[in-house]
Amino acid sequence: MFELIGIPPQALFGQLLLGLINGAFYALLSLGLALIFGLLNIINFSHGAQYMMGAFVAWLLLRYAELPYWGALILAPLVVGALGVVIERLMLRRLYELDHLYGLLLTFGLALVIEGGFRHIYGISGQPYAIPPSLQGGTNLGFMFLPTYRAWVVVASLALCLGTWAVIEKTRLGAYLRAATENPTLVRAFGINVPVMITLTYGGGVALAGLAGVMAAPIYSVNPVMGSNLIIIVFAVVVIGGMGSILGSVITGYGLGLVEGLTKVFWPEASSTVIFVIMAVVLLIKPAGLFGRA
Amino acid sequence: MTDALLEVRGLEAWYGESHILHGMDFDVRRGEVVTLLGRNGAGKTTTMKSVMGVVRQRRGAIRFNGAETIGLSSNRIARMGIAWCPEERGIFASLNVRENLELPPVVRKGGMTTAQVLDLFPRLAERATSQGTKLSGGEQQMLAIARILRTGAELLLLDEPTEGLAPVIVRQIGAIIRDLQAKGFTILLVEQNFRFAATVATRHYVVEHGRVIDCLAREDLEAGGEKLKSYLGV
Repeated sequence: MFELIGIPPQALFGQLLLGLINGAFYALLSLGLALIFGLLNIINFSHGAQYMMGAFVAWLLLRYAELPYWGALILAPLVVGALGVVIERLMLRRLYELDHLYGLLLTFGLALVIEGGFRHIYGISGQPYAIPPSLQGGTNLGFMFLPTYRAWVVVASLALCLGTWAVIEKTRLGAYLRAATENPTLVRAFGINVPVMITLTYGGGVALAGLAGVMAAPIYSVNPVMGSNLIIIVFAVVVIGGMGSILGSVITGYGLGLVEGLTKVFWPEASSTVIFVIMAVVLLIKPAGLFGRA
Repeated sequence: MTDALLEVRGLEAWYGESHILHGMDFDVRRGEVVTLLGRNGAGKTTTMKSVMGVVRQRRGAIRFNGAETIGLSSNRIARMGIAWCPEERGIFASLNVRENLELPPVVRKGGMTTAQVLDLFPRLAERATSQGTKLSGGEQQMLAIARILRTGAELLLLDEPTEGLAPVIVRQIGAIIRDLQAKGFTILLVEQNFRFAATVATRHYVVEHGRVIDCLAREDLEAGGEKLKSYLGV
């Protein structure tokens, strides 16, 4: 086998795959954040906690209801999304007239409460969640070994991101959403119930986080802090891609996952900071983000 | 006043602390084109926004087809058959011309089809895939009017459709308004340009300090031009 600047290909492709997996989660989470910020003007800091809840609901469903992975993949996002609807109706709704900061503080506080609650009950050691039997094993591609579950995560996430993008850019519902992001008052005066649309958008964005959580459960252990570890990077991804840009956040999510993976190969010490360095550079050169409208 | 499609009685409205409308009274009968004339800041646009339910702090009576709408939200009012073309036009930058045109949902049967609307505004068909805000000012105004014709709304609220447009476009908009009246639409028009208003409307309400101070028929406007000029200070 060939070697690239002294790096064995197994290591290179292994890290690239890892980067792609991380990128898949960055993309799914930043997509939801971008959706929510676009319509609600709320920076949803509880997104990480909602991702963690998705994983926990899947684990609880398996443990207490013996509902397997595929059922959880549908039910857990619905549960998390429904909780999101309650949060929007009871709390976020009161903040739209106020400064961004209030929404950020509320959702940050909620994240702490949710995480603290799970920590109190389940500790931080983490619960294992087995890969479903149909996705166990893997394929030897010659240059690397590809675990089936990881391939599934990358493909499913890509399909979800493209599907969400298509709904927003190509359908009537998406046109309502884009229009309401620009001028909610006028869209409402056309006869569309914008408050309900806002509630459902928050529920949908949160459900996406929950879905990402279910997909993450078999890869990372199910653990109360899994969201807070990820969310800081996801916010950097959103800032780099441009706040409120759907396609921008998806492309940036995958791209930065890959960059992070490559950095792990060539300069491992920098791998945990590379995204933040990129964020600083982007903010200096293009403050609205790579895909943002100034 | 039994044939009034829109009846406004004692309408008051506020923006926060400031009291803008102090008891507006007027009617729009089915099939009429009626203008609200008045100086800047007289309360014409606020009246329109209050009828549409966009200004929430309002009191008095606004009856449409005999039904009281004063307590309703703007999405419910729109569903009853009132459509609004705002002064700033409200063309969406993230939507192309066709998406802008097809955005307002159909609220009742009997509206024009997209094909009929495009017949009336051929320029919009040519630019269907352009971004909405890339159109010229006149085209944007046409688009803002065109998109509310599909909805089946009976009453159109047009807020200063000629503002800032070239005379040739103003004449086109005048022709369109007469055409829409002939098609059976009822139109409430806010205007500062009373020469334009005189060419399209059957009656004119003169608004000052949030009240209707006079009502002139088309004939009065021709005869009493001087009186109106003194109202408008032109």
